[in-house]
This record gives sequence, C-alpha cells and structure tokens, in this order.
Amino acid sequence: MSEAFQSKHVLEYPGGYTRSVGPVIGRFLTGLRDGRLVAVRTPTGKVVVPPTEYDPVTSESVGGADADFVEVGPAGTVTTWTWVHKVRPGKQPLDHPFAFALIRPDGADTAMLGAVAASGPEAMQTGMRVVPHWNVNRNGTLRDIAAWVPLPEGAAIPEAPARPLVEGEAPVTGVVQPIRLDYTVTAGAALTRYLEGLAQGKILGGRSPNSDEVYAASRGTDPKTGDPTSIEVEVADRGAITTFCIVNIPGLSALAPPVPFVSAHILLDGANNTFFGLIRGCEVDEVRMGMRVKAKWADVLKPDHTSILHWEPTGEPDAPYESYKDYI
Amino acid sequence: MGANLAAVVGVGQTKHRSSRKDVSMAGLLREAAMEALADAGMTWADIDAVVIGKAPDMFEGVAMPELYLADALGAVGKPMMRVHTAGSVGGSTAIVATKLVTSGIHKRVLTVGFEKQSESNATWGLSVPMPFSAQLAAGAGGYFAPLIRGYIYRSGAPRNTGHVVAVKDRKAALRNPKAHLHIPDISLEMVEASPMLWDPIRYLDTCPSSDGAMALVIGAEDVADASAGPVAWVHGMAMRSEPTMFARRDQVNPLAGRACAKDLYTQAGITNPREDFDCAEVYVPFSWYEPMWLENLGFCPEGDGWKLTQAGATAPDGDIPWNPSGGVLSSNPIGASGMVRFGEAAQQVRERAGDYQVELKTGRTLGHAYGGGSQFFSMWVVANHKPSS
Amino acid sequence: MRDVAVVSYAASSVAKETEFNEVEIIVPVIHNAIAESGIPKADIGFVCSGSIDYLFGGPFAFVAGVDAVGAVPPIRESHVEMDAAWALYEAWCYIQTGEIDSALIYGFSKGSIGDPFDLLTMQADPYYTIPLWPSTSDMAALQARAFMERTGRTERDLAEVAARAQRNAVTNPYAVRADANATADAMLATAMVSDPLRESDLYPVSDGAVAVVIAADDVARSVSKRPAWIRGLDHRIEAHSLGVRDISTSVSTSLAARHAGVSGAPVDIAELHAQFSHEELLLAEALGLDSSTTINPSGGPLASNVIMAAGLARIGEIATRITAGAANRGVAHATSGPCLQQNLVCVLEGV
Repeated sequence: MSEAFQSKHVLEYPGGYTRSVGPVIGRFLTGLRDGRLVAVRTPTGKVVVPPTEYDPVTSESVGGADADFVEVGPAGTVTTWTWVHKVRPGKQPLDHPFAFALIRPDGADTAMLGAVAASGPEAMQTGMRVVPHWNVNRNGTLRDIAAWVPLPEGAAIPEAPARPLVEGEAPVTGVVQPIRLDYTVTAGAALTRYLEGLAQGKILGGRSPNSDEVYAASRGTDPKTGDPTSIEVEVADRGAITTFCIVNIPGLSALAPPVPFVSAHILLDGANNTFFGLIRGCEVDEVRMGMRVKAKWADVLKPDHTSILHWEPTGEPDAPYESYKDYI
Repeated sequence: MGANLAAVVGVGQTKHRSSRKDVSMAGLLREAAMEALADAGMTWADIDAVVIGKAPDMFEGVAMPELYLADALGAVGKPMMRVHTAGSVGGSTAIVATKLVTSGIHKRVLTVGFEKQSESNATWGLSVPMPFSAQLAAGAGGYFAPLIRGYIYRSGAPRNTGHVVAVKDRKAALRNPKAHLHIPDISLEMVEASPMLWDPIRYLDTCPSSDGAMALVIGAEDVADASAGPVAWVHGMAMRSEPTMFARRDQVNPLAGRACAKDLYTQAGITNPREDFDCAEVYVPFSWYEPMWLENLGFCPEGDGWKLTQAGATAPDGDIPWNPSGGVLSSNPIGASGMVRFGEAAQQVRERAGDYQVELKTGRTLGHAYGGGSQFFSMWVVANHKPSS
Repeated sequence: MRDVAVVSYAASSVAKETEFNEVEIIVPVIHNAIAESGIPKADIGFVCSGSIDYLFGGPFAFVAGVDAVGAVPPIRESHVEMDAAWALYEAWCYIQTGEIDSALIYGFSKGSIGDPFDLLTMQADPYYTIPLWPSTSDMAALQARAFMERTGRTERDLAEVAARAQRNAVTNPYAVRADANATADAMLATAMVSDPLRESDLYPVSDGAVAVVIAADDVARSVSKRPAWIRGLDHRIEAHSLGVRDISTSVSTSLAARHAGVSGAPVDIAELHAQFSHEELLLAEALGLDSSTTINPSGGPLASNVIMAAGLARIGEIATRITAGAANRGVAHATSGPCLQQNLVCVLEGV
C-alpha cells in the first residue's frame, strides 16, 4: 500500500465563537463574576444548577429574566468523579493531573461539572465535600472558578476574594469561546496521484472502465456510477473557459488572490468535466466565455496546486458555444 | 404519498436578524418552537418526536446540537433526530418529520430548523480552508456567479432581471414583520448602485446572513381534523440529490431539480404549476435564481423564466406570486431557510400570512429548498383541503 | 406495519487509513453491500447516510459520499449528522409509508484524523461543558464510577469485558484490536486514562465505513433465503447535562427496549454499541439481558469503532448471524452523545 499525502490541518474560527447567552445563562455567568453560584427553581420545583431556560425534564420555561433564581452552595458534594491522567493543557482548567467531578452544590437538586484540584486519585471519593477556589480576576466565564478544592470536615467555607469594582458594569450577555481542533488530513489515492502529476507538469485524469468520459483531476470515482476511475489519462493543459465570474471581494484565505480576479470553469481538451481556474494575463473585462486558455506552470513544480500559477489566454480563436454548451 | 395523511397544524418562527444577541441557541429555537406549539394548541408533552435540522455544525461550534438541545425542545424520553443536507436541510428536515407521521409511527411531530450565524461567520463556515484543495471560489457567491452568467448567456435575459427580483422580494418583506431585511426605499437604482461583488452578482442581489429558527408541528389526519385552527394538508413531498460534478452536468438547470419537481407534481396532481399553485415559496439566495428556478420547476418553458419575472407575474399582485414573504433574499438563517419556505407555503393555505397573504384560488402552494452545488433538492405541496384519494 | 429486513451488510475498518480518503473508503463498502443484497442498484429506493463534520475537519463531509454512490440519474437521498443507525431508522420509516421498498444506508469516518476522544467533546453543552473540555473518556469515566458504585461492579469486571471483546474479535475480519489470549490481568496492566477507565476499556481508534441494505416484504424474500426481519425499532433521548440525569443507568435504553419489544421472547445474541467496557454491563442491565444472551460476539466497539457507523454495524452484525442461521432472535443497540444520552434498539428475527 502506498501512502497518500498527509497534511496538518487546524480548524479554528479566528477570534473564537461569539456566544450570546440569553437571560438565564447570563445570570449564572454574572453570578460567577460576583463569586456566587446561581441556580434556578423550575416550574416543577427542582433547583437546577447551572441554570437552564427550561425544566430539564418537562421543558417548561423557567421564565427568562424573571425566573426564580436562587443562590446555592458554594460548598457541594461530589456525586461521581474521574481522575484525568491524560491532561489536555490549554483546553482544560488545570495543566496537571486533576479530577473531573459532578458536584451537587448545597441546596441544589442537580450536579454540575467541575475540575477538582486534589493531590491524587487517592484523595478523591464520592461523597466528599468540595468548594470553589475562585479566581481574583473574574470576568463572567466558567473559568472564574479556578478549580474546586476538597473541604476538610469542620473547615469554614471560604468567601470568594473581592475583585476590583468596575463602575457601571453590565450583566454578562455573551462569551467568546476560542476552539482549536487539530487534524492530520489524507489527500487520498486519487488526489495524491493528481498532485504527483502536477509535479511532473502533467494534468492527470481518470476514466472509469465502463465509460468514455474522462474526469480531469478525478476524485477517484465516476460520480455517475460510483465505479472507480481506474484508467489514468493525461489531459491537455489548455482548454476553453465555459463560464466565469469576476471576484471583487477578497477571500478569507491568505492564499486568495488580490481582487479583482477572474474565477473560471475551464473545459480542458480531452476532459468531460470542468474545474475552477484563476485567469491572469489579460484585463478582467477581456475574459469571455469560450476564450481559450492554457496553464501557466510555476518555475519549480511541486506536488500541490501551486504548480499551476494561473491560466492565461492562448490567443487562439474562441471555442464555439456548441463545443462547450453542455458543460455549464 | 403513503397511506396516511399529514398536515401542518402549527407554525412558529423567530424574528430573523443579523445577530440575535438577546438569546442563547436554545432560546432561539424555543422562540420558534413555543410559537408553533401555541399555534397548534399543544404543549411539549403532546409531542411524540422531535426532528431538527441545520447546516454545518461549524457555524455555531457545537457538534450534533440535538444532544445539547434535547431538553430545550421537549424531547426527553422521546425519539429525536438531526438532519443535515446542506442548504436544502430546512426542507428535508420537514419532510423527514412528516414521514414520521405518514408512516403511521407518530401522531404529532415537532420539527425545527435553525442557524445562529452570528456565532461565527457564514463565509468561513461554508468554506473552511482544507488542505489539498485549491482556494479560489470566494464563498457561495463565487460558486454561483458563473452559473448565473451561464444562465444569462443561454436565455438572453436582460441584465437587470436579477435586480427586478431583488427589489420585488425586499418590497414584499416590508409586509413581513419577521423578515430580517427591511429596506423601505429599495429601488432598481439602489440595487444597480450597490457594489458588484461577484460579477454578475451585486451586493443587493444577495441574501443576508441571519440568526433565526423556524418550527412546524406536523399532525396525523385525526390530529389535523380535530385542530381548532386551519391546517395545511401535505399533498406531496420529494427529495433528489445528484453529485456536485459529473460529465456534461447541467449546472444551470440541474436534472435533480427537474426530477424532484416531476415526482412532486405527480404525487400532488399538479399539471400546470403556474395555474395550479396560488403562490410559491422558493429558495432564491441570489436574485437570479428566481428565473432559473422558474424554468427548473416547470413554471414556464426553458429560457422563459426571466420573461415572467420581468412581466411582474411573480410579484405579490402577479398571477403566480413567488416569495410573498420576502424570501431568502430578505432572511437567510441557512439551516432554517428551507423550512421557512415550507412553513410560509403552509401559512398561505392556512390564510395566516397576515399582510402578505395571497388570494387563494386553488388552495395549493409550493415550498422549495436546494443546497450544495445546486445538487440537493427538497420540495412539498401543501393545500387547504385534503388530498383526494 | 410493513415487514422490513436487513438483506446485506458490508464494512471496512482499520486502525489508520493512510492511503484512502473518505470517499475512497466508502466506494468498495457500498459496492459490496449492493452486490450482496441482490437488488439492482437502480431499484434501490432511497439512500441515507450518517457522518459528522467534526471528524472530517471541515463542513459537508457527507457531500462527497454522493460521488461514491453514483447518483446519475438523481436519487432520493438524505443524511443525518448522527450514527448511521439513525439513517437506517429514517429509511425504515420511509419504507413504512409504502412509497419505497428498499434502501441503502451507510456511515463512515476516520477516527485517526485526530484524537476522537478530544474532538467529540464538541458534542457537549457549548456554554457549561465545552469551556471545561472534558474528553469523551473523562465523561464516560464519570458514568463508569457512578455505575460501579451503584452495582458493586469492579475494575476487574470491566477488564473481563475488555478481555472477552478482544478474544471474540479474533474471528471478526473488521477488528482493529483482537487477541486470542487476552486476559483480565493483561487488561488491568494497561495504562489508566480516565480513572477508572484504562486504555483497554476505551474503544480503539478506527477508520472505515459500514453499509447495509434493507428491503420490505416480498423484495426481501426474493433476494434472501433468510432475511433478518426488523421486528422492533425505537430510539429515545435523555436530558443532556450529566448532572440532571441518573448516569448510573440508561433510562432511554430501557424505554427504547420496551417500545422495541426486547422482552417479548428470548434473545440469542446482542450487539451493543458499548464504546467503553462498563457500558456493556450497564446496557445489558438496561436492556434486561441475562447470561442466556451472547453479548458482542463480534467483539463489539471495543474491537472496532468506526464513529458514525459503529451503531449501524451492530445491526449488520446481528443480521449476518441471523441470516447465517447462527441465531434466531437478536438485539442491536446504537448510542449517541456523552454518557449514552441517546439510544436506539433494534430487534431482529429470522422468522
């Protein structure tokens, strides 16, 4: 088995998700900022923490901003726990081994997830008492509780440390949530073969054994039948523009070309499908349907899309509409 | 249609805005769902099953949000499903929910489509840069603009045809208090003066990015018969898919859309859609898609769609109003948009469309959605009367 | 209700697929499922798939799947962002309407694309849980301890489950983790990950696809000498937050089992979507199964766990054994979400 090209890939919305939280979650987060645990009493009488806009069983509304909010805890009881041997630093609250626990704050009917900073798994036990260890600088996020810590029997419940008062501070209405996910992506066999072709200055296509139709840059199957395009075919590095648009707004990608540019569907000689190409070498308003173009290859060819810098006019007469009208 | 009948017995939708900063995700869905339940005269406990739909999870950064939303939507102890078929998802979600009823399995199904696009950015969410793919098409507009150019070339449509639609749908939206865009002084001049983004698409030819949700309660025949309010009987439902790319694919007038409409019309006994429908709510995210879909859906011969648009046939006072609610051009929470089309079609036959109510003659309307590279289609026909058996 | 049966099952599964991308993984599996079904592809009434974008790294993981099916002329097709067992449920409902007689269902993913225990934290509550980022094995461990403390089960009991799964997996061509000589002691020697769950209690990361063809009534009878009839199919969900429900048991599994009619007759075999070893014990209890039922003869998800397909694989594994005459009545189970939040139960019979 050959190996296809692999690439690191990061999925991350720049700046983080902007989550608006509504009146109930907002009340909880505002409470955290104040160093308090705010729960809600639902229409069924259940005290739910962290509070939801609805009863977790009947879905009845708790009443939004006018809900029956009650303060619970801050001390609570561990109802179950796990010791995290494989810590995910930067993502989880602590960067050294710790416990995740479900903790039922005093006065609440439900438990909440929390990180417990304990000396080791032997220090953890279902039924143990814990209290929040509050950060001094709190801004209305789940991380205002640095961690929960064991509460020795008979010990006083510590108050949240005072934070600097902010004049005219409004209740929390939203949070920013950065999320970064890491992947290693495989190009796959067909795309790898195509990219290898680019490195040799060739545009490879595929044909399925039961068809005459050739797919330039085949994705490995004949999409009409699902059968593998197992017969490799080289197609020309020139063809006709079937249709296009002039792009005037910049793309989000750092690789996106400067505007304005022309993005075109090109029907390569010898292929039965079109693909997107960037048109250069003439003014954008000179580009037209049927215009003949050829690939402008990079000086140094590599097995990636940068080997074709762009497509430029050949100067040949335009292809007649009849020759490409079935490819729009 | 199967052996069992089904009808829309409740409809609810949020106010669509570019950013609904006042609510959480659950709050957004519940706003639509509770309105639909109240409309149906039901409570959460009356519902047998819940089906939700939305576009990619990356828009909100929550995977499989039906899990987080189960107790927000009255699904505890019940079946719950999550549909994702790209832009057509709002329509296909309504169809999946309705089949739970026409199959005879459930009596009352709640279905909700939503998108809270302000949590991230739709252009990013639709075109996350992936390794090994050439980064060229700039968002959905960059994808569809060449196809629109192909349509213009093929049909010989006047260049301002899209602008006519852009004005018509924004004027219609002024009568719909829930629509996102309200542009009181919208005019051809304003559209023509708006920036050219992806030539031939101008800024005002495009849909907005919205936060919003749509909810329907689907009831079985006996539930609908007992309903205090008007109901919209489902006369036909169809879905079709084709690959994004295949040899000699007609991307302007896709085969999948034509096949889907044909199947639908056979089920519902539609022989002349322009005459047989009182109006249509059709997924038109770029203005030019009105004439393109007029042809694809058989409202006129191929090449003539622009003539209907230019003649005003599709205006609210025309002979076949398209998108009297203002359409996708006025509100586009992507995962909800298809269901908004399906729901607005139902509201018309229920005579619940308020200031944008059309006159009912046949009592039948069309709801339509599409997605991907014009490759996923979902459609239904609803009416103010039961299907004749 | 119409009688609907599973008439074919195909799968692929490896620990790490470095040659093929998702579409290339799907193609042969779909081809095999259709070929084995005996139903011409053009006659299959509906196609439904299950996949998740967060194990793809970008949006629209399902779109390329259409290329693998071959969809010209256009097909009736849908997709759930759920395990493909729910795609089968959607297809089964569609067949119940009487409009179609057969369907192809498939699911796929590449767990090795990243750390799935990390990536699937994205399934959690975005406001109250994602900011703390418990991995899915951390969350499973909270359930494991709650279950063990309620029932008195021990880490050795979990190790026995894990060892038996690896032994059973030896005859499973799709297993990515199998060992004929696996013992509880060896399992207990593996590294603790999320106490009380060890490496051997966690599913092995798997890449692959699963496809199944189902058919109604005479269509099923015409292509199969012994179709595996779906006699009960139901799924239920619970509240999301781990702190508002009793995670020491699985109420939704019991509810689905009741609606699917599990207890109506003896159960010969069961394939449970137990991705962590304690879940097998917990689910067997919730389903009301006793020692007369052979559980996870394939090794189950502890042998191979193609996320978004492993639930459908459970149905396929039961159907294969029924069709082969190795069992008369079996129960397949699929799950979704943290700590078994949502569960599907399918009862299959040979007659």
